[in-house]
Amino acid sequence: MPRRKVGTRMFERLELKAWEARLELIRMFSYGKAHHFGGSLSCVELLTCLYFYKMRYSALLRDDPDRDRFILSKGHSVPAQYVILSMLGVLPEGELRTIKQLGSRLQGHPDVNKTPGIEAPTGSLGQGLSFANGVALAARLDSRQFRIFVLLGDGELQEGQVWEAAMTSAHHRLTNVCVLVDSNRFQSQGSVGEIKGVQPLAGKWAAFGWEVLEVDGHDVAQICGALDRVDDRSGRPLAIIASTVKGKGVSFMENSFKYHNRALSEQEYRQAEQEILEQISSRKHGHAGH
Amino acid sequence: MPDIEETRERYGRTLARLAGQDRRVVALDCDLGRSTKSHDLSEVDPRRFIDLGIAEQDMISTAAGLASCGKIVFVNSFAVFLTGRAFDQIRQQISLPKANVKLCGSSAGITLGADGATHQAINDVTLMRCLPNMTVIVPADGNQTEKAVVAAYLHPGPVYLRLSRYHLANFLPEDCAFEVGRAAVLREGNRVALAATGPVTAHALEAADLLQAEGVSTGVYNFHTLKPFDINCAREIAGRYETVFSIEEHNIVGGLGSALAETLCELFEPAAKPLLQRIGIRDAYGESGTAEELVHKHRLDAEGITGTVLEVLEKRRQYRR
Repeated sequence: MPRRKVGTRMFERLELKAWEARLELIRMFSYGKAHHFGGSLSCVELLTCLYFYKMRYSALLRDDPDRDRFILSKGHSVPAQYVILSMLGVLPEGELRTIKQLGSRLQGHPDVNKTPGIEAPTGSLGQGLSFANGVALAARLDSRQFRIFVLLGDGELQEGQVWEAAMTSAHHRLTNVCVLVDSNRFQSQGSVGEIKGVQPLAGKWAAFGWEVLEVDGHDVAQICGALDRVDDRSGRPLAIIASTVKGKGVSFMENSFKYHNRALSEQEYRQAEQEILEQISSRKHGHAGH
Repeated sequence: MPDIEETRERYGRTLARLAGQDRRVVALDCDLGRSTKSHDLSEVDPRRFIDLGIAEQDMISTAAGLASCGKIVFVNSFAVFLTGRAFDQIRQQISLPKANVKLCGSSAGITLGADGATHQAINDVTLMRCLPNMTVIVPADGNQTEKAVVAAYLHPGPVYLRLSRYHLANFLPEDCAFEVGRAAVLREGNRVALAATGPVTAHALEAADLLQAEGVSTGVYNFHTLKPFDINCAREIAGRYETVFSIEEHNIVGGLGSALAETLCELFEPAAKPLLQRIGIRDAYGESGTAEELVHKHRLDAEGITGTVLEVLEKRRQYRR
């Protein structure tokens, strides 16, 4: 059982929403087909807090020029974003199960022209922050106040372009850009530390001119607290380093690179679904006790 | 307008003029703004000229972000770095999503001269031409550059504009007709067709005079747009001439010569196809030297083109015997 924080009802609701998103995610994936399980499951609380707490965004605001933007630089985790967009009503109910089928709007990686709610073409790693800077520069030219949130993986930080972009945001004082690093410590072929270490993460971002906060990436109260700091506008853009667990919520996937991109057997699928259902039920139960 | 003009110079002035008329126009550069001439825009509005430092990949993705908010973005660097170093960013974030970004590759080809092989783009057209959704334009002189820049600005999608620092006299009229995807007929003949792109089109025209003096009736066609390619003009050339020469300051692999070969091969008519010979950089890298020396060495000046044409015609005679 994860550590339970004493929080307000709002945090409890967000936490429950995150677990419901995990259930949708596992059901969308189902069994027999390869999917990016690990990195999708690790960023669920981050996406939940962004879309249901922080961002000025909804199905109605989808094309509003002043909406907040979310850019998924680690594009392979787009299944998690599809689930959130579905919960928001941006994607119709029932479309999730078409993921990656021929003709589906839900492509294997984000496609701005096919999928409503997708803001940036990503998938080739390392390109999301530069794109976000471009959006921020446009906002500045047009005197718009919206914010741009960018989610990067920790393995993705091995891409040199990320650091080119980090310099750009800091140099141009793009304080409406906020980076979140989903630090689940694993990449496709193994642990980040073993393949090519990226630590010290906080020190690197700070050295590049960013304000850095470190949070538990599954603790919604901590995440929301950090996200609120984006509006302080200290003159430096904000990077939130979120410690997460790859494959979070499914015991046999947690802290392993083996489920980065693979198919589940039916038995594995049933177990994953059951574990998540138990998390949801214990939270609902907890609420009833108050 | 001055008589002698590099296409990059007219580009900068036209960009600045467009920026003065339309607030959506933004230029990005990678520490080469005074060379690519994108810096001209800063005189209109310094906020809309943004130097991203020596970081081409970052520049391309940043441009995609700006374009997603309705900006018309002109990105600038030497052609070699723009298309080579940032190819994946161009593929993923410009051409695939059809971003409204104009890729302006400056100092292209061997006429960059002194900087040598590392800086001389010889395969930029190849790289851009193979990308779906991309329009590829290579202006021949200052007057055509102005038309091309305006056309790129008006085109809602990605465009690659190949620009040059070859010091040449404008040879096309100030009011030259320009339509994206439609080749310009500069001179008509009936025996040899010279199909040229970019500033070396001037040398093709000079060569046509020399060939005419040798009794070879020569037509000259300017393919300023390499994609979409003008199939109708290719068909017209095929029906009219026995021998066609492509002329480009670019590798003969993947540029105008290839586009013409691909097109001619697939024509149903005429049944008897003309022979195509490609004049250009023969799958080699450049080197340091003056533009004139290099153009001469690669037989892209009037003398070289004329010589190649006469040699080929002589060979054809031998094969026919």
